[in-house]
Amino acid sequence: MKFERKDILGLQDLSTEEIKLVLDTAEPMKEILAREIKKVPTLRGRSVVTLFYEPSTRTRTSFELAAKYLSADTASISVATSSVQKGESLRDTAKTIEVMGADTIIIRHSVSGAPHFLARMVNARVINAGDGAHEHPTQALLDMFTIREKKGRLAGLKVAILGDITHSRVARSNIWGLTKMGAEVRVVGPPTLMPPFIQDLGVKAFYRCEEGLENVDVINVLRVQLERQQKGLFPSIREYTRLFGLDETKLRYAKPDVLVLHPGPVNRGIEISPEIQDGPHSAINEQVTNGVAVRMALLYLLMSGGEVHEIAS
Amino acid sequence: MKLLLKGGFVVDPVKATALQLDVLVEGGKITALAPQIEAPAAETISVDECFICPGFVDMHCHLREPGEEFKETVLTGTRAAGRGGFTAVVCMGNTKPPADNRAVIEFIKRQAGVAPVPVYPVGCATKGRKGEELAEIGDLVEAGVVALSDDGNSIMNSEVLRRVLEYSRMFDLLVISHCEDQNLSLNGVMHEGFMSTLLGFRGIPRAAEEIHVARDLLLAEMTGARLHIAHVSSAGSVQLIREAKRRGIRVTAEVTPHHLCLTDEAVQTFDTNTKVNPPLRTRHDIEALCEGLRDGTIDVIATDHAPHSVEEKDVEYNYAPFGISGLETAVPLMWEHLVARGVLEPVQLVQKMAFNPAQILGLPERVIEVGREANLTVIDPRLKLPVRVKDFVSLGKNSPFNGWELRGWSVLTVVGGKIVMRQGME
Ligand SMILES: [Zn+2]
Ligand SMILES: [Zn+2]
Repeated sequence: MKFERKDILGLQDLSTEEIKLVLDTAEPMKEILAREIKKVPTLRGRSVVTLFYEPSTRTRTSFELAAKYLSADTASISVATSSVQKGESLRDTAKTIEVMGADTIIIRHSVSGAPHFLARMVNARVINAGDGAHEHPTQALLDMFTIREKKGRLAGLKVAILGDITHSRVARSNIWGLTKMGAEVRVVGPPTLMPPFIQDLGVKAFYRCEEGLENVDVINVLRVQLERQQKGLFPSIREYTRLFGLDETKLRYAKPDVLVLHPGPVNRGIEISPEIQDGPHSAINEQVTNGVAVRMALLYLLMSGGEVHEIAS
Repeated sequence: MKLLLKGGFVVDPVKATALQLDVLVEGGKITALAPQIEAPAAETISVDECFICPGFVDMHCHLREPGEEFKETVLTGTRAAGRGGFTAVVCMGNTKPPADNRAVIEFIKRQAGVAPVPVYPVGCATKGRKGEELAEIGDLVEAGVVALSDDGNSIMNSEVLRRVLEYSRMFDLLVISHCEDQNLSLNGVMHEGFMSTLLGFRGIPRAAEEIHVARDLLLAEMTGARLHIAHVSSAGSVQLIREAKRRGIRVTAEVTPHHLCLTDEAVQTFDTNTKVNPPLRTRHDIEALCEGLRDGTIDVIATDHAPHSVEEKDVEYNYAPFGISGLETAVPLMWEHLVARGVLEPVQLVQKMAFNPAQILGLPERVIEVGREANLTVIDPRLKLPVRVKDFVSLGKNSPFNGWELRGWSVLTVVGGKIVMRQGME
């Protein structure tokens, strides 16, 4: 199977076959990462530009390393939205990157749909590295890769996504991806952080951890945006941690071999207790490695259109 | 100049009839109305199968002058109105500076001196549209405003709105209310519902509108003032207004073509031309709005024409301004979506777009009778054309309807006996 699309904008429009292909391709990529010399010549002479309107060292570095391990040339552009005239910058910057001859643009933006807007403007390929509260497809793919690696499958698993669902692009992409792959998805959080009609996305919503985490195979803990407290969406960090912070007590509602994920960076001791973050259930560190492998797979599929075995050999 | 329209159906919004009659116009007035008129000296236009309607009145548009002439001017906006089939427009006071004083109103009227279509300005209800202190309403009335409104903003302070309504009674002046609880709608860019959840956009719930509709109705009841609710978008608002009318509150209401033709699903394209305030809602709301039009709860269809420049709209969704350029698509949208689908009879459409707005504002009555000023809008129900924003004469090309095939375009606009538009040409 070949990967035939110009852009990766979200998991809403990826098919199960395409998702499976990305996850399968990430496996040989992860082998490359285990080698002493982590470099293959596959994308030599091709260029990747990261365009970040929101700071995220972690995601940007992950994409850049992925591109470099495949021998692509990389450049990064960081734009602080406050310092530019709103709106003008994306259109103008896109045109500039285009004429510089970038093959692929990886964009992170605080506004939903900004990657779609960019993809319509340029001939270069566009990868969404997170847009507003809309989608974060590569994060969901690496989450799914990690779950599949640890549990051997996705279909039939019970996965809880815990925290601020309303403002989370990670939650939305996970919901699309996991439900497509046959997992049962629950969302758990306070009603003020739960958007309307979320059930219509094919998930069950819970306001209490006792019920939401009961018997689940995986808990994907979302990062708490600390500034939400000032906006009155929950009374205090302390109360949030008491009701929704993942600790030993709440972990006991889940299956004994539950897997704990977090997209990082973790607010230590707030959404997840240090014992669990560093404990045996956690795959938080491996998620980072897997993130590079999944992004290598995507760049490879999108930019070379080749077959998986070429890379493994 | 004499003008003879032959072979059309003359729509009478009062008798609720559409009879085949010829119409003769002389010296700016209608001079004859009969099944067969012969007038060899007159310019004769055959309007077979077309509907000859009393001139349409848009009681809610934004002309952007003074202050934002790059978006629209009184001249370009009225040209767009004429092209769209309107014979009069009412422009809101959220200009820069705002129309909260005599000088701005007089300036607009001066600019309107050369306009092809008469302009009736709305004055701001409060100084600077800040919702804090009453504007000099008596002065505005003398300068010629036809209504008061802080449109674009809701008057958040209920005490201030109470005083606006009370004070307006002195002149029996209409107060037009933009209903929006701006705490509930803060930073919202679309309707709050399943689509906003899907797209991860901050939503504007129906309650943001309905709370202020309910409040404004209570204050209208208390003060006895004349209230008009602008751009009703939600099913709940329709119900509140219906009950208020039943209780005898002096309230009228309007709906826009875009709220009748589009749902929040249109936002999925991320096309910033779908960004409008109040936001596009759901099928359920559209059905309630249509029912409101049918049973008389909603009196008027108005465009809320809000032109913006291409540069402002060609940005990420959150950064785009709210608004749709609506003057040139309102008539065929409403014909195609309401009349052709049997929601409204042609005569009801004329009531909503000509007779009622003129009645509510106290403008010259919109009926076709001998002796009346000749303000006419001729609609060809057979004419099917795509919407082409590049052909808009409005400076605002911001329309989500670009490319839509529509029937029922206006083909002739007559203002005071003068042809201002013919067959889509000025
Ligand atoms: Zn308004
Ligand atoms: Zn308006």
